Amino acid sequence: MDMTRRAALLTSAAIASSVAFPMRSLFAQETPRKGGVFTVHYGAEQRQLNPSLQASTGVYIIGGKIQEQLVDLDAAGNPVGVLATSWEAAPDGKTITFKLRDGVKWHDGKPFTSADVQYTAMEMWKKILNYGTTLQLFLTAVDTPDPLTAVFRYERPMPLNLLLRALPDLGYISPRHLYEGKGDIRQNPVNLAPVGTGPFKFVTYERGQHVIAERNTDYWRPNAPHLDRIVWRVVTDRAAAAAQMEAGQIHYSPFSGLTISDAARLGKDPRFIVSTKGNEGNARTNTIEFNFRRKELADVRVRQAIAHALDIPFFIENFLGDFAKRGTGPVPSVSTDFYPADNGPQYPFDKKRAAALLDEAGFKAGAGGTRFSLRLLPAPWGEDITLFATFIQQSLADVGIKVEVVRTDGGGFLKQVYDDHAFDLASGWHQYRNDPAVSTTVWYRSGQPKGAPWTNQWGWTDPTMDKIIDDAATEVDAAKRKALYGDFVRRANTELPIWTPIEQIFLTAINAKARNHSNTPRWGSSSWHDLWLAE
Amino acid sequence: MRILTLAGRRLAASIPTLVLILIGVFVLLQFAPGDTVDALMAQMGGGDATTAKQLREYYGLDVSAWAQLGNYLWRLVRLDLGFSAIYGKPVATVIAERLPATILLMTASLSLAFFFGLIFGVIAARGVNRWPDTLISTLGLVFYAMPTFWFGLMAIVVFSIYLQWLPAGGFEDITVGLTGLARTLDIARHLVLPTLTLGLFYMAIYLRIMRGSMLEVLTLDFVRTARAKGMDETRVVVRHVLRNALLPMVTLIGLQAGTMLGGSVVVESVFSLPGLGRLAYESVIQRDLNTLLGIVFVSALLVIVVNFIVDLLYARLDPRITTGG
Repeated sequence: MDMTRRAALLTSAAIASSVAFPMRSLFAQETPRKGGVFTVHYGAEQRQLNPSLQASTGVYIIGGKIQEQLVDLDAAGNPVGVLATSWEAAPDGKTITFKLRDGVKWHDGKPFTSADVQYTAMEMWKKILNYGTTLQLFLTAVDTPDPLTAVFRYERPMPLNLLLRALPDLGYISPRHLYEGKGDIRQNPVNLAPVGTGPFKFVTYERGQHVIAERNTDYWRPNAPHLDRIVWRVVTDRAAAAAQMEAGQIHYSPFSGLTISDAARLGKDPRFIVSTKGNEGNARTNTIEFNFRRKELADVRVRQAIAHALDIPFFIENFLGDFAKRGTGPVPSVSTDFYPADNGPQYPFDKKRAAALLDEAGFKAGAGGTRFSLRLLPAPWGEDITLFATFIQQSLADVGIKVEVVRTDGGGFLKQVYDDHAFDLASGWHQYRNDPAVSTTVWYRSGQPKGAPWTNQWGWTDPTMDKIIDDAATEVDAAKRKALYGDFVRRANTELPIWTPIEQIFLTAINAKARNHSNTPRWGSSSWHDLWLAE
Repeated sequence: MRILTLAGRRLAASIPTLVLILIGVFVLLQFAPGDTVDALMAQMGGGDATTAKQLREYYGLDVSAWAQLGNYLWRLVRLDLGFSAIYGKPVATVIAERLPATILLMTASLSLAFFFGLIFGVIAARGVNRWPDTLISTLGLVFYAMPTFWFGLMAIVVFSIYLQWLPAGGFEDITVGLTGLARTLDIARHLVLPTLTLGLFYMAIYLRIMRGSMLEVLTLDFVRTARAKGMDETRVVVRHVLRNALLPMVTLIGLQAGTMLGGSVVVESVFSLPGLGRLAYESVIQRDLNTLLGIVFVSALLVIVVNFIVDLLYARLDPRITTGG
């Protein structure tokens, strides 16, 4: 608890806007030190590093320092221009115009222009980028009336708010001159040696060892960046990463890269700061997904009974600690823009009610007290899911549902759940990406193609839900959109095709020498132009 | 000439084995649910069905499993290991990048294990059932029973975090660009802890083998003869006993060099070393068939080579065994 507060002090102090903060003067005297090498824990190597082609934290943590997007989020979570300086939507919502920043150069010296935006949007976001293909489905063209203006044209209205909240993740620009006419975009060697406009220039990537980037001396922001180099160390073993942090070989372990126990231990050490600060834009909920192809689970009373049978506060307190809290629905509470005042029905722990609901649904306890058996597939993304699976298994045994836990690796999990539908219950994470239309509503909208991971593959179809989702996706009025997503959350909690009982934010572990860190909601993915290291 | 004949015969005998191993690994991996595109989707955090279909075509996964195997073997005949899905480069390059670290670590720890295993084995055998033997045997048992990952982490805690003598992981210091001798020394410093972690485990095995075979040879007739003709004890041990007792050790090295060249996932992960073991592990998780088959192929080749060298060594140590036999 103490650490969280201290982290908050440091970071708030770094944000110039929080003038009223009493501790501010203590840090305001510090002038940023030029130089230094910042080392980062890189847990899972990706197949490429270009964030215009792959939306995942594993790519942003490196590519996000080298390439930049049109807009990012500021400290308060509002869109702020990076390569774009201003934007405007036509009243019908079908045209969105971006004015671009003047005088920006690619790392190879070529000027950045609207032609780069046009190429990236049409060839990368619309055709290859995960989530981008869905977001830009109705993008028909990007016009470039002059080098500093890009006009996005849509077939159907695109809510400006949705686009601005999606672009920090799905709006990275790539250099057209290094991709166009160079064959298959996916095979382009630039993907592993990215060229961007960002504060750091790519130097080298030794697979299985490290990635190095150095200061871009021609960066468009004045007096930035402060660091000489960033080194990402590939460390796959979580305990080893914690040891390297203690030995001073690693400064920063992002996105809950350490084990829960190591994070708690480092949090008590004054040399480190362990906090959820700076990850608000990467909220996730633990899920229980129900397969409606099982007749028992197709009955809403059974799904409600399962929810009532789990003592979530007990699980959080004993296994996850301070960094998790009770979830209320598919939109997490950190989403100030969309979190509804009324989340609809919640399912507090009540074993008697659970048993009564199961009796009512006609699944009476048979011999040995067992009503029926289920196969539960936990996703291998984190130790919290493994713990939660065991907790589900034991809790459901108490109400007469026998659960068999089937563990697999990542590829196997996606194949069995989203393609083969070979599960009864699945448990994993739902990642919320600042707007429900980006990666949340696909979990509920029917008609998703078989095999698409993290989409509605539950065999659940609900016309009311589909209509809410479709209306919200093209609603240009911000207030009406928010109201529609309120309906969406309440419908989700009433019908319960998926239950989202726990809300978590990724944990950051960082050396206390770092300054200006964790100062935006997606800091781990951001460009780190203002980050510096104290002596 | 006799060596060449032997080499040729060995090679001919190992080709069917090699093909069987490759087919076996291929079939095994077909049983794992999901393919490399599923693994990629897991890594990306999502993607749509069209993307998945494009990717399957791109990776050549849109044909049947047997056609894939056929394609692979046909490429192999032309000495082409194929293209790695996760690394986006030829498998041969990917493996070549990982080999130096693996070979360095393996040679270092095998030498350590062999050298100290031999010395301690001899000391233990000479003082059998007295305190040196008890001490060495107990220590050997401790090293043998200790899980390597735990030993590695404890070594990091003591030597890197507490004493700060040695780096906690990695192959070399990349924050400062070292060259020449300074770089060699830096790499050596990085390899001390992993070598100890891996080497002590194998040393425990070697010292027990050495102790056992020394004790056995010491009771043989020719040793009594040697002593009877008045030879001093050191000469008896070094010239007569040791040479004969070494044979089981050499056999074991031949067997274990193969295992060790396949890499040690645990030690490589704990010390963040870029070796073949971690590469193989990653290829399985990511369902990167080409890379995995490539590693199996290269490891199998190395095992064949090492065994060939061991056969030659046998003949040197014991003239009764001829290379032709």
